[in-house]
Amino acid sequence: MSETDNTSSQSQASGDVTIQMRGVHKWYGQFHVLKDINLEVTRGERIVICGPSGSGKSTMIRCINRLEEHQKGQIIVDGTELTDDVKHIDQVRKEVGMVFQHFNLFPHLTVLENCCLAPIWVRKMPRKEAEAAAMLYLEKVKIPEQAKKYPGQLSGGQQQRVAIARSLCMNPNVMLFDEPTSALDPEMIKEVLDTMIELAESGMTMLCVTHEMGFAKTVADRVIFMDGGEIIEENEPHEFFNNPQSDRTQLFLSQILQH
Amino acid sequence: MSVHTPHPDLPPPLSSVGFIGWCRSNLFSTPMHTALSLFAMYLIYLTVPPIISWVFLDATWVGDTREACASSTGACWVFVKVRINQFMYGFFPETEYWRINLAFGLLIVLGIPLFLKRFQHKGKLAAFILIFYPIITFQLFSGGNFGLTHVETSKWGGLSLTLILAGVGIVASLPLGIVLALGRRSKMPIVKSVCVVFIEFWRGVPLITVLFMSSVMLPLFLPEGTNFDKLLRAMIGIALFQSAYMAEVVRGGLAAIPKGQYEAAEALGLSFWKSMGLIILPQALKLVIPGIVNTFIALFKDTTLVLIIGLFDLLAIIQQAFADPDWLGYSIEGYVFAASIFWIFCFSMSRYSMSLEKKLHTGHVR
Repeated sequence: MSETDNTSSQSQASGDVTIQMRGVHKWYGQFHVLKDINLEVTRGERIVICGPSGSGKSTMIRCINRLEEHQKGQIIVDGTELTDDVKHIDQVRKEVGMVFQHFNLFPHLTVLENCCLAPIWVRKMPRKEAEAAAMLYLEKVKIPEQAKKYPGQLSGGQQQRVAIARSLCMNPNVMLFDEPTSALDPEMIKEVLDTMIELAESGMTMLCVTHEMGFAKTVADRVIFMDGGEIIEENEPHEFFNNPQSDRTQLFLSQILQH
Repeated sequence: MSVHTPHPDLPPPLSSVGFIGWCRSNLFSTPMHTALSLFAMYLIYLTVPPIISWVFLDATWVGDTREACASSTGACWVFVKVRINQFMYGFFPETEYWRINLAFGLLIVLGIPLFLKRFQHKGKLAAFILIFYPIITFQLFSGGNFGLTHVETSKWGGLSLTLILAGVGIVASLPLGIVLALGRRSKMPIVKSVCVVFIEFWRGVPLITVLFMSSVMLPLFLPEGTNFDKLLRAMIGIALFQSAYMAEVVRGGLAAIPKGQYEAAEALGLSFWKSMGLIILPQALKLVIPGIVNTFIALFKDTTLVLIIGLFDLLAIIQQAFADPDWLGYSIEGYVFAASIFWIFCFSMSRYSMSLEKKLHTGHVR
C-alpha cells in the first residue's frame, strides 16, 4: 500500500491532465442529453458526480470509454482522442475501468475467470500471471475465498466487489463508477463503499456517479452537480455542501440531505 | 437485551411423503383427479399389453423366409433380419461394408474422450474431429484412393446415408446459423439485409421444394457437362435450409442476453469477435440449447425427404423392400423398425441436450 501511495502523490504533484472533455454535446434522437460539457480531470483526482435522474451524469461518464458516442466536441483520454477509430477506442478502454450499477459480471465464468479474462485476451498476459494478479486484487477487495465460485452464488455486495477487482485486473489509469451502490441492499452498501474508499486512498483517478453523499464528503476532491445535461456547479466537497452557489444545487441538496 | 432464537425446523407430516403421499397428492387429490387417473389406467390396460405381445411375446425372431412367420400372430422380425444389411448400408458393395463400420467406429472411439471428465484436450480433439474426421469418412465411403475401390454416391443408402445427411446438416447448420444470427443483428446495413433476405428466403420455402430444385432445376441452369453430385446438392440444400432456422433460434438467445453483458465486455476492451466468442455466445447458446436440439431433431427426421429425389435413406430403403414379392404385407414391421431407429437417435439427442443444460448451469444472469 505504502508504495502505491508514494507513486500516487508523485503523479498528483505533476498534476497532468488524464481526461479532457471540451464542448461535448450528445443527442438521443431529438433529445439533447449532454449540453456543452467541459471537464478536466487530473491524474489521481477523485470526482463525484451527482444530480437528479435523467440529468445526463451516467451518459457523461459512459462517453469517456465510448459506451456512448458523443456527436460534437472533443474527448481526450490519456492523450488519445475518442473518434470513430476503433484503435483509439480500444486504447482508451484498456486504460479505463468501469463498474456498473448491475455489476454485469459474466455469469458463466467463475469469479477468477471473470477477473482473468480481459488481461489474458486483451493484454495477452500468460494465464498463470493473470491468475496470480487476479488473486491479489481479490484479496484487496477481501474475497479471495470466493475465487472458484460463480457470480450467481455471491451476494450483491460481493458481486460488486468482484466487479471492482475485475476492472482493476486490467491495471487501469482511470476508474469509472456508474451508481455502484444503487442496486444493493443497505447492509451491503458499506462493504462496497469501503472498497472504493480504499481504492481512492491508493491514488486511483476516479469518477463516481453516486448518491452516497457521505462518500462524496470523505473522498472526493471535487463534486460535480449536473442537471438537464449541463454541469451546473463544481466545487470541492466542503464548499459544495455548505455553500452551494446555484439555487438548483441548493434545492437538490435540500431534497437529498433532509431525511 | 433479549436474544432472538430462531424456531427449529420440524419434519413434514407422514401422509405427505413417501409413495402413499406421492400417490395421494399426484393421482387422487380430488374426485376429478381420481376419475381421470382411473380412466388413464384403463386406457393403458387396453393398449399397452397388446402392443407388447405383438412386438415381443408373439413375434417371430428366427428363420430366413416368410414361412417362418406363417403361424404367428405377432410381428415378423425375420423380414427386418433378412434385410438388415440393406437397411444399414444401402446398395454399398457387401465386401466394402467394413469401410462404413470403420468410419462410424472411428467416430465412436474419437468421441468417447469428449465425454470423459478427466480428458484434458477436449477442444483440440473436437477440432480434429470437425476438420479431419469428415475427410477420413469421405475417403472411406467414396474410395478411389489408397487402393479402395470407388463407390458412387448413388450406392450409398440406408441408415448410414441418413446419418451422413444429418451429420453434415448439423455440423454445417450451427456455425452458419450463428454467423447469420450475428449478421442479422449487425449495425452494418448491407450485412444485415443480406442475412435477413437469406434467412427469410430459406425459411419461406418448403424443404421438399429445396431438394427438388437442387436435383431437378439446378442442372438445367448449369452449363452443359457440369456434373455436380446429387447427394452433395442435397447436403447443401439441407444445410442452408436448416441454417436459416438455426439463425433464428440463435438470434433468440442473443436477444435474451442483457445489454450489460455487452457493455461490460466492451468496457474491458474486448473486440467484437472476442466478446462474442467469450462472453455472449457461450451464454446465448446455452440458453437456446432446447431450441438448437429441436432444430437438430427436426433436421434428422427431415432427411427422409431425400427419397423424393431418388436417394435411399433409411425410410426409403425400407419402403423399397416392401415391393419385394417374397415379403409382401410386412410393411407394419418395416415402419415400426424405421420409427424405433429414428426414435432412438432423436431421444438420445434430447437426453444429451438435457444433461448438457444441467452441466452448463452456473446460476442466473443478473
